[in-house]
Amino acid sequence: MGTTLFDKIWESHVVKHIPDGPDVLYIDRHLVHEVTSPQAFNALKAKGLKVFRPERTFATCDHNVPTLGQDKPITDESSRRAVEQLGINTKENGITYFPLGDPGNGIVHVIGPEQGIVLCGQTVVCGDSHTATHGAFGNIAFGIGTSEVEMVLATQCLLQSKPRQARITVDGTLASNVTPKDVILYIISRLGTDGCTGCFVEYAGEVFRNMSMEGRLTVCNMSIEMGARGGMVAPDDRTFEYIAGRRFAPKGDELDEKIAYWRTLKTDSDAVFDKEWHFDASDIRPMVTYGTNPGMGVAVDAAIPDSAVGCDTATFDKALAYMDFHRGEPMTGKKIDYVFVGSCTNGRIEDFRAFAKAVAGRKKADGVTVWLVPGSKEVESKIESEGIGDELRAHGFEIRQPGCSACLAMNADKIPEGKYAVSTSNRNFEGRQGYGARTILAGPLVAAEAAVTGRLGMPV
Amino acid sequence: MDKINIIKSTAVVVPVDNIDTDQIIPARFLKTTVREGFGEKLFYDWRFHADGTPVEHHPLSGQRGVILVAGNNFGCGSSREHAAWALHDAGFKAVVSSSFADIFRNNALNNCLLPVKVSEQYLENLTAELRTAPDTEVTIDLGRQTISAPKTGEESFEINGYKKECLMKGYSDIDYLLADQGSILKYEASH
Repeated sequence: MGTTLFDKIWESHVVKHIPDGPDVLYIDRHLVHEVTSPQAFNALKAKGLKVFRPERTFATCDHNVPTLGQDKPITDESSRRAVEQLGINTKENGITYFPLGDPGNGIVHVIGPEQGIVLCGQTVVCGDSHTATHGAFGNIAFGIGTSEVEMVLATQCLLQSKPRQARITVDGTLASNVTPKDVILYIISRLGTDGCTGCFVEYAGEVFRNMSMEGRLTVCNMSIEMGARGGMVAPDDRTFEYIAGRRFAPKGDELDEKIAYWRTLKTDSDAVFDKEWHFDASDIRPMVTYGTNPGMGVAVDAAIPDSAVGCDTATFDKALAYMDFHRGEPMTGKKIDYVFVGSCTNGRIEDFRAFAKAVAGRKKADGVTVWLVPGSKEVESKIESEGIGDELRAHGFEIRQPGCSACLAMNADKIPEGKYAVSTSNRNFEGRQGYGARTILAGPLVAAEAAVTGRLGMPV
Repeated sequence: MDKINIIKSTAVVVPVDNIDTDQIIPARFLKTTVREGFGEKLFYDWRFHADGTPVEHHPLSGQRGVILVAGNNFGCGSSREHAAWALHDAGFKAVVSSSFADIFRNNALNNCLLPVKVSEQYLENLTAELRTAPDTEVTIDLGRQTISAPKTGEESFEINGYKKECLMKGYSDIDYLLADQGSILKYEASH
């Protein structure tokens, strides 16, 4: 029996098998941010240890940063202290750090690929569930807790049980108004928010083969929202082209050698998965969520259903009550107060290009607050150099500075209680975007439609 | 690390599916750089109104016991270990559900908080029993890998041998890894 892409990478990283226990797994890349790392650095210090392999660790601040006035000190004292502590911890341990305002700064899962830190065939971890993002390059990438951050800092290894494996195949051609975000929201709505718990997912089929690297990043990013540890796409020429020339990526002969190896990273035709699903691209329409988990999604021109996969009636009712929505109501036409475009899911340059194109010279709707938050300094600078910034500003839109922003509202970018926000981020949990905030997850095209009309509607 | 052997206690029941870690500990409480003090923030937005007044009759207010019984897919969402810290800090020693999100499960095990995965039927029966008789004692025996309650009866649960030994003896993963640095250096040299 053949092996999967996942098997090949996993087995090449096993330091040791523990009988009736987990494997000792070597970690190639460790990404660090200010929220989930300080307690790990403290623990290391208390044990008198230094970071074991600092050259494999890269850090950025993103969750606590303001998206206005980044040249000034952070006004929120606890946020400022958290960010300052990361600066101290990385300096003491010789870790590459992209501080606020640095050209390499941005959301951890945006800068990893952008700076060429994350390559192919690697094990990648970060104290952040959206680490799944990096699977887009054919990596085993998964989120870890702070105790595990400490283990990786101290030993460059983790104890992990090999998960089960699933494959999701989408064949066919997507309609022009369907984005990678719609594809993953559709999949999660079909499988439920715990449909892949205990599994690592490989995305296969025409749709992902034809998808851009940034699109694959969006899809893999949300793997965790159906419970998967991570998601991955086999690397191909598109992947290698993306990597070539990036700051920390290998160059010249070294890159050619790596690419020759990376080409071998694919699932054998006779490999068997624990779970398999097949979907047809023509069934996927622009999506929105109506409830309080990412599995509660429908096409924007559909009505709110009677139930959702993996959600009992009481939980379903609680979600609708929180959203003040009702079964059978159409989603199209629902009034929107806020639009947030950004996050590690949809904060890349292609998302802003798509948003600007869909706005198509229309003005921002009165009464709607729109926050366009680039995922990184590099995305911000492309928005300006490509003229997208000027064009959008001329039509009443505001471009902010990079960070996680309203995705989890740890900074000042909070959606007020009871207000409806169309967000290109990844979670519509109760209170995620602010106490009592009501989140409708969508892709950049649905967000653009909401931004210019103030209502949910089908993008052209 | 603490140790776990037999946990015998009344339980708190929160029969909601898909309880995510944003509910267990909202993001605005994650700005601190220490591990302690999260217990009082546990399920904060479910326990308190926007103005800080307590929600009346919430199962978590006036917590009874060290076992939390929750709906399916407990701990989904963010990887924040603060969720496990908050539960542990609030005195919980075990969480019972019909499924756990993977990252939460690992975080719990690393903090001596035992995730007990039971069948959907067992969870339904246990929830019903605890709702009818809130003073019921639930017994979780890690050594025998069983959970039991008077009416619901007994069911066994799975845990790998390595993790079980860690919890019963108070060992942690990092000690294991630090003690085995030879293997790690050997791996590095050959890759």
